[in-house]
Amino acid sequence: MAARKTTKKPNVSAEELKTYYREMLLIRRFEEKAGQLYGMGLIGGFCHLYIGQEAVVVGLEAAAEDGDKRITSYRDHGHMLACGMDPGGVMAELTGREGGLSKGKGGSMHMFSKEKHFYGGHGIVGAQVPLGAGLAFADRYKENGRVTFTYFGDGAANQGQVYETFNMAAIWNLPVVFVIENNQYAMGTAQARSTSTKDIYHRGEAFGIPGEIVNGMDVLAVKAAGEKAVAHCRAGKGPYILEVKTYRYRGHSMSDPAKYRTREEVQKVREQSDPIEHVRELLLTGKHATEDDLKAIDKEIKEVVNQSAEFSKESPEPSVEELWTDIYA
Amino acid sequence: MATEILMPALSPTMEEGTLAKWLIKEGDTVSSGDIMAEIETDKATMEFEAVDEGIVGKILISEGTEGVKVNTPIAILVEEGEDASALSAAAPAAAAEAEAAPAAVEAPAPVAAPAPAAPVVDLSPDWPADAEMVQQTVREALRDAMAEEMRGDEDVYLMGEEVAEYQGAYKISQGLLDEFGAKRVIDTPITEHGFTGIAVGSAFGGLKPIVEFMTFNFAMQAIDQIINSAAKTLYMSGGQMGCPIVFRGPNGAAARVAAQHSQDYAAWYMQVPGLKVVMPYSAADAKGLLKSAIRDPNPVVFLENEILYGRSFDVPQVDDLTIPLGKARIWREGSDVTIVSFGIGMQYALEAADKLAEDGISAEVIDLRTIRPMDTGAIINSVMKTNRLVTVEEGWPQGSVGSYISSVVMQEAFDYLDAPVINCTGKDVPMPYAANLEKLALITTDEVIAAVKQVTYR
Repeated sequence: MAARKTTKKPNVSAEELKTYYREMLLIRRFEEKAGQLYGMGLIGGFCHLYIGQEAVVVGLEAAAEDGDKRITSYRDHGHMLACGMDPGGVMAELTGREGGLSKGKGGSMHMFSKEKHFYGGHGIVGAQVPLGAGLAFADRYKENGRVTFTYFGDGAANQGQVYETFNMAAIWNLPVVFVIENNQYAMGTAQARSTSTKDIYHRGEAFGIPGEIVNGMDVLAVKAAGEKAVAHCRAGKGPYILEVKTYRYRGHSMSDPAKYRTREEVQKVREQSDPIEHVRELLLTGKHATEDDLKAIDKEIKEVVNQSAEFSKESPEPSVEELWTDIYA
Repeated sequence: MATEILMPALSPTMEEGTLAKWLIKEGDTVSSGDIMAEIETDKATMEFEAVDEGIVGKILISEGTEGVKVNTPIAILVEEGEDASALSAAAPAAAAEAEAAPAAVEAPAPVAAPAPAAPVVDLSPDWPADAEMVQQTVREALRDAMAEEMRGDEDVYLMGEEVAEYQGAYKISQGLLDEFGAKRVIDTPITEHGFTGIAVGSAFGGLKPIVEFMTFNFAMQAIDQIINSAAKTLYMSGGQMGCPIVFRGPNGAAARVAAQHSQDYAAWYMQVPGLKVVMPYSAADAKGLLKSAIRDPNPVVFLENEILYGRSFDVPQVDDLTIPLGKARIWREGSDVTIVSFGIGMQYALEAADKLAEDGISAEVIDLRTIRPMDTGAIINSVMKTNRLVTVEEGWPQGSVGSYISSVVMQEAFDYLDAPVINCTGKDVPMPYAANLEKLALITTDEVIAAVKQVTYR
């Protein structure tokens, strides 16, 4: 866990900082609400919350341009909110309703938005990595200058297809940023027990893919690293790896008793490295915002999240005819 | 405002649990993330965190209580200055919210699959009767199909092991690199799982890949991407994300290549909704079906056969030969028995029909051509005429294509059957290497003849 560093002088405007604060807070409040709805039995099955990792997607989305693509695994709610997908549509998918982004047929792990260039939402650990390289393959084929952010975790980093993909991304010079969201636990297995290397991005060196470690609790550090990686890809230099060290506060899924780590460990990260508190501090100490300004943002976010929850409850279950649609195009 | 804390569901299957321990007491201030209680679910003991901020006004369920139903109020949170008596106002609201959960206990009435359509069979010819015919091998027909589609659509590309510079392990892609260049005819490393995933991703990204597997045996390395990613994504995305892709290559036994290179996958892929599965026999069908498969907006598994690659057939010389997926072909009309086959199985079916004719048995031979969607109407119509059915395939017997056909015919045409259906299949063994044993493991024309004689009681 990289300790939070006080960023020297943030090279961002007050407005941008506020935007990051708002976007990260939206993810956190949304996920808390999802956890609550799960507890009430409104959300079923598996539900993997993103709480603690907010700075990763918000920082990288800040480095993305229109038309860039993103793809991830099943801990995907944060990615969808960060790329601008409708919170109501996401929440209604979690509750399995008609108004969900997949009409209630995908659930927490399987959501997509062609409009926002979000390609899922995949439930098979590691499978999204070649798929993401494939999106980049299509962009390179079309010579459209787009970049794909392919997210995967420290757990997926041990899947063979990741390295098959590294190899092909390198030989074909694909414009893909591999983002390893290293939250240190593959479900309940600590990285040191599952992974031969301490820093996973080093594995890219075997394929000639450059990469670096990023402090995933600092949205500005993530953004800066994202910009560097994207510039590398857009310059036609091929793939780039960002190993973003982060931490999830909640269990792997809702039914995780979290016996593999201590309460103190979680508490320490929350107290010392929380990504939202970090930006809050920057805003307040830099006098970019007052407590009242931030309270207003909190209120506004709470409202958005409550509305999404309301929508997700009011939206009807999909009609029974939906069972038989969307099997073939 | 006072809020009720409800007994949470902490696993996908939890209906009730034990409130093992309270970690807070009345009067404590809690904030989001604080642990409030330990709850034993059906799986484990879990810590239960606060979501809202507030002061614990009242604990409603004492620790140690077993069998607490999900959504039962277990405590009341109040705001500063509020006392727990405010809880009575909060209770109905929370209860109403809990009711909003869909009643999961009540099993929904089963939704029947749409009733099978009455067999309306497309018997239209696949090409004009006066088309000029030229002899061509299946190999040439497949290459021509790819070349024509690549000429017509910039987004179509071919990827696979040895497809470019080597000109194809079985020479199917001969000449394509020269015509279309390395951008569109792409040699991959030997890494099926990875390159299949990349191809599927590129289809999500708007391209129309043709993935050549050196054999479908190697596609088992990639079957997760074929099924979980290519076949299911349209459904999982509520219709947003289609996957126009063709997976093609030789399938089934060749000659003396033994167990790991000799499996027929028709029955495997046939099972998957979202996939289309094609298995041509003749060169004309190989060409027309491959062109249709490349244009199809869905993932298509296109199963070829190494032994058939070199076989010549009449191919109509028409401008744009396409054959619709899902349409069977009646190769030979007959009245005594229906023989249904596909791919190389057709060779045995047709040979058997010739020999049976000499014995005065008139066999109708149907080439399914597409295994999914299956033209069951063509089979049923034929069985209504002949009243007897034999299926022929090279794959294993348990869960074979023939066993599916048998069940369809039993359900939809039972009254027309005058004899039990017989499935002629490969033997239920891994393919042996020894020449004599391999011969025994494969289906033979004699076995088809014997099956027909059995169902016709000759």
